[in-house]
Amino acid sequence: MRAPLSWLRDFAPIEGTPEDLARALSFLGLVVEGVEKTGPVLPGIVVARVLSTRRHPSADRIQLVDVDPGDGQAVQVCCGAFNMEVGDLVPLATVGTVMPNGLPIGRRKMRGEWSNGMLCSASELQVGPEGPEPAILVLPPGSAQPGTPVAEVLGWQPDVVFDLDVSPNRPDCFSVMGIARDLAAALGAPFQPPAPAHVVAEGVPRANVSVADDARELCPRLTGTVIEGIPEVRAPAFVARRLVLAGMRPINPVVDVSNYVMLELGQPNHPYDLERLGGAGLVARRGSPGEEVVTLDGAVRRLSAEDCVIADAQGAAVGVGGIMGGRAAEISDSTRTVLLEVACFNPRAISATGKRLGLLSEARTRFERGVDPELAPLAVDRFVELLGPGARRGPTADVRSVPPAATKVRLRASRANLVLGTSLSGPDCARLLRPLGFVPLPQGDDELEVEVPSWRPDCEREVDLIEEVARLYGYDNIARSLPPRPPGQPGLSPYQRDRRKVRDILAGAGASEAWTSSFCSLADLERAGLGTDGALEVENPLDQSQGWLRPSLLPGLLAALRYNRERQAGALCLFEVGNVFARPGPQDDGARPLAAVVEQEHLGLVATGQGADAAYAVQVWQVLAQGLRLPGPQLLQGLLPHEGQPPHEGELPQGGGPTLPAPPGQGQPFGPSQWLSGAWAALHPGRRAVAHLELGAVGVVGELAPEVARRHDIDGRVAVLLLDLSRLLGHPRRAWEALPVSRFPAVDFDLAFVVDEDVPAADVGLSIAAAAGDVLESYALFDVWRDASLGAGRRSLAFHLRLRALDRTLTEADAAGVRQRVVKAVSERHGALLRGG
Amino acid sequence: MSELSSLEQVEEQGRARLLAASSLEALAVAATQAYGKRSQLAALTAQLRGLTPDERRSLGQEIQAVRARLEAVAAERKAQLEASQAQRQARSERLDLTEASSLASARSGPLAEPLSPPAPRGHLHLVTQVREELEDIFVSMGFEVAEGPEAEDDWHNFEALNMPPHHPARGMFDTFYLKAGQPESVLLRTHTSPVQIRLMESRRPPIYAVVPGRCYRRDTPDARHIPVFHQVEALVVDEGISMAHLAGTIEAFTKAFFGPGRHARLRPSFFPFTEPSAEFDVTCWVCGGAGCRTCSGSGWVELGGCGMVDPAVFAAVGVDAERYTGFAWGFGIDRLAAARTGLADLRELLYNDVRFLNQF
Repeated sequence: MRAPLSWLRDFAPIEGTPEDLARALSFLGLVVEGVEKTGPVLPGIVVARVLSTRRHPSADRIQLVDVDPGDGQAVQVCCGAFNMEVGDLVPLATVGTVMPNGLPIGRRKMRGEWSNGMLCSASELQVGPEGPEPAILVLPPGSAQPGTPVAEVLGWQPDVVFDLDVSPNRPDCFSVMGIARDLAAALGAPFQPPAPAHVVAEGVPRANVSVADDARELCPRLTGTVIEGIPEVRAPAFVARRLVLAGMRPINPVVDVSNYVMLELGQPNHPYDLERLGGAGLVARRGSPGEEVVTLDGAVRRLSAEDCVIADAQGAAVGVGGIMGGRAAEISDSTRTVLLEVACFNPRAISATGKRLGLLSEARTRFERGVDPELAPLAVDRFVELLGPGARRGPTADVRSVPPAATKVRLRASRANLVLGTSLSGPDCARLLRPLGFVPLPQGDDELEVEVPSWRPDCEREVDLIEEVARLYGYDNIARSLPPRPPGQPGLSPYQRDRRKVRDILAGAGASEAWTSSFCSLADLERAGLGTDGALEVENPLDQSQGWLRPSLLPGLLAALRYNRERQAGALCLFEVGNVFARPGPQDDGARPLAAVVEQEHLGLVATGQGADAAYAVQVWQVLAQGLRLPGPQLLQGLLPHEGQPPHEGELPQGGGPTLPAPPGQGQPFGPSQWLSGAWAALHPGRRAVAHLELGAVGVVGELAPEVARRHDIDGRVAVLLLDLSRLLGHPRRAWEALPVSRFPAVDFDLAFVVDEDVPAADVGLSIAAAAGDVLESYALFDVWRDASLGAGRRSLAFHLRLRALDRTLTEADAAGVRQRVVKAVSERHGALLRGG
Repeated sequence: MSELSSLEQVEEQGRARLLAASSLEALAVAATQAYGKRSQLAALTAQLRGLTPDERRSLGQEIQAVRARLEAVAAERKAQLEASQAQRQARSERLDLTEASSLASARSGPLAEPLSPPAPRGHLHLVTQVREELEDIFVSMGFEVAEGPEAEDDWHNFEALNMPPHHPARGMFDTFYLKAGQPESVLLRTHTSPVQIRLMESRRPPIYAVVPGRCYRRDTPDARHIPVFHQVEALVVDEGISMAHLAGTIEAFTKAFFGPGRHARLRPSFFPFTEPSAEFDVTCWVCGGAGCRTCSGSGWVELGGCGMVDPAVFAAVGVDAERYTGFAWGFGIDRLAAARTGLADLRELLYNDVRFLNQF
């Protein structure tokens, strides 16, 4: 909504700099998106008197005109219009002028004759529309001396326009009057609504207006007024000026006045050319199925019984009520008699019809927010007044299908003080509300019964009035304090603390955090080697590449890897913590926030470059497990594609997932969705393992399958770690336990076993630990060696063992005993051969 | 007839060659021999020219059928060879992943080894860092950090927040809907406010919570909008909570985040879920309030929306609006992060370029 300052001042003596006023508007909740200062009006355009007109020697469509621009010197201009006579006063754009449309005026030759400026038409000055024939604007005789700026003759002055973003709850501020009312109240200036004379001319008929019974709900008020004696020329210059400042265009006197009234009062209205209507009558009724009307924009609109249709006395639809009039009875330059419709429509019905027809209009914008039902008579009077003294109106036919009802709302000052933190009295509240048009009646010391003005449909409840009190009191004047401290200070939940720890551990391990989109395409999933079963589709995606919700973090992370590699990044290690989505599978029972969606928080990590292989991913997993004190981290592996499914997921306890609102003790259960097997399929069949904790699987670790890497243009290996974070962090932790540290010397020795490739090194390690007993402090695999001499499918695993007792120095004999037990156990259990033994 | 019998021979021979191929390279050679340009099949095709139109048509169709069958055999063989090649690669590259995690304490189990090669420290995402800083400020003020699902239903995202179906304010949010359940019943949350509803549904006041999280709006990406973004909001519900507390909390946060000497101000606004509603501005972080291009000379920059919880919202979740009052506010974390760092285009957040990520 664009509001010129000069127009606002019609209603109240508003003083202040444009900046101060903009600030005042902002603090009323009328967001100022721009303040435009027009600067000088029509600079360089002056009144000139026509001295003579002559034929152009070599052109028919232009003539030569000599004018006196005020200094008595004749100036020759070429002109394409022929409507002026000697002695007429006309606007001359002097050399150097820049026209309102940006056209610069220079001295130039036209067909061999000099033109020293330009005579201006009404549309070039934005006083009125383009006429059918080229015509110079001829000013009233004697209106000014030649040389006078034209702006002075038109009464146009520099202005300031406030461009306001009016919130949908303030229909009254979709008008200059409404904005002025708020601003005047804030500035303490007296507000005066327009008071046009109400003069009914004799002999002008009363229109016949009715609302069909079944349309009462759609059209609470319908008025019709016949107006004769429409002026032929144009609306007053100030109307054109203000329409242009407000962002509209002068068209013809009736349309201009119609728009002016709408902008000024916020009352949309529709003038029909009475001669093109089927009689002086209007009916508001529901549309009938299959009925059509051609609206002013030329489109054929198909109507329904949900729409309010305006029909003429013969029943033909002449407009879509409250949204747009029809072409059949459109106003034209030859219109001499008008039937003016000023009505009120049901906001919800207008919104539904407008949406269904895809039709936006100034009228719809206002009616769907709610137009003051009491405004119609004032709007009619103002309309007639603006048409000028020649216009003669008949009595207004006024049908109110919904009787007027005053809204009264109770307001307790004590409640206002509670909500606002103020200490206002009842009279204080009354004083603040009154300038906005509220009528407060004291009911005791604290309470007011407030009559709400008809233009404020947004004020129905006490709290709505409290907001009005606050607006006028000034949000800035509300004292500031901190709320009382809440009992018990929960801070971060254990889950949230651990999630931060996860991020810190990964960053500490050299990974950088990414945030990838939650959207993906089916092609992304297939490229990443993931299944597409169970993926959730977006109903209205921005485009097809974002048509699905990610069921895994892998596609986004791989896309990020590819993006960076295409930009010559070297080694990369990226991780992300984020939510993934799937349809629930048959196993996904249990409580979820939404029945139709399984949403889990996952952790994903990918790395490329030297050393970024499966072993690296395992190391990251180990670092995480240790940092979080997760019990019994294990890797279950050895499953090639033909060998079956990943290990069964064990029972897991319920624990705190990322959703808070579940009551304590009833956190989101771990839904065993299908994501593990999907992730499994994306990994290298010989280099992958299920990451397992004491109570079950939490994810996968390994290397990306070579063909998946190839499909992302990645040569070389990609380390991958994908974990269900809610399972990981919901897992019980190792107990805090301080193991005694021995003060005695250690005995170290190495053992190398040749075992089958199928025997996991970790199993050998566990056997060593079990056989060695309490005196084994630690052990480490320090070498893996493969050689033909060891036999096909065999490798050597070399372990370093450190023995130490808590209570004594170990002897050679102790060590020999341990060594013997270990060798025996490993040989028996794993078919191992002691190298060099 | 001779052509037909030789056609059978050609097909048989070709099939045998294709099936005998033991590598992808050998298969390519066999395919050329079976139906390539110089193959017997091609030679037969060339002979068609000498035949009558009828003969040409029937024999031509036969040849085409043979070609199609041979191509199918080749494709099948290719898939077999690729699968076995992948399997061979899998076997030949097979690795015992437990070899990588070999250090163990005999009593407490596996020990993590230092990563090799040793890596320099990585980087937390800019948005994470800002989010954690915001969380910490509010945790220190006694708030909890609440979270909720990103896929939501209409009730939590709209209806319970005083936006019943067809409410005009729904137009303020361009919503992504999911193909799940009834049409337009499941959506991606357009703000973090549904967590307010989930909190109030799950327990009685007092509630002092701050809610960070990912949100979605169907905005075409530009410098100031990305369809996947992050918000943080707060909800306080207790006896005696007033707008003075709202303004005081925002002021305290502004000082804690932007530094001393920085202030916040409230301007009236409209949101369906708060009344009174306000937008809040903070002292321009570029000029410190003196006026510059970032703040259009005003010294203030709009940060977010806030207000007192609307009684209609309390009614939806069964909280007694006479006894309890509350406030809520929210703003975009990404925008705040962009503002702090001078990041001019939010779309940078979509790319995950390490040259961007590793600056923070």
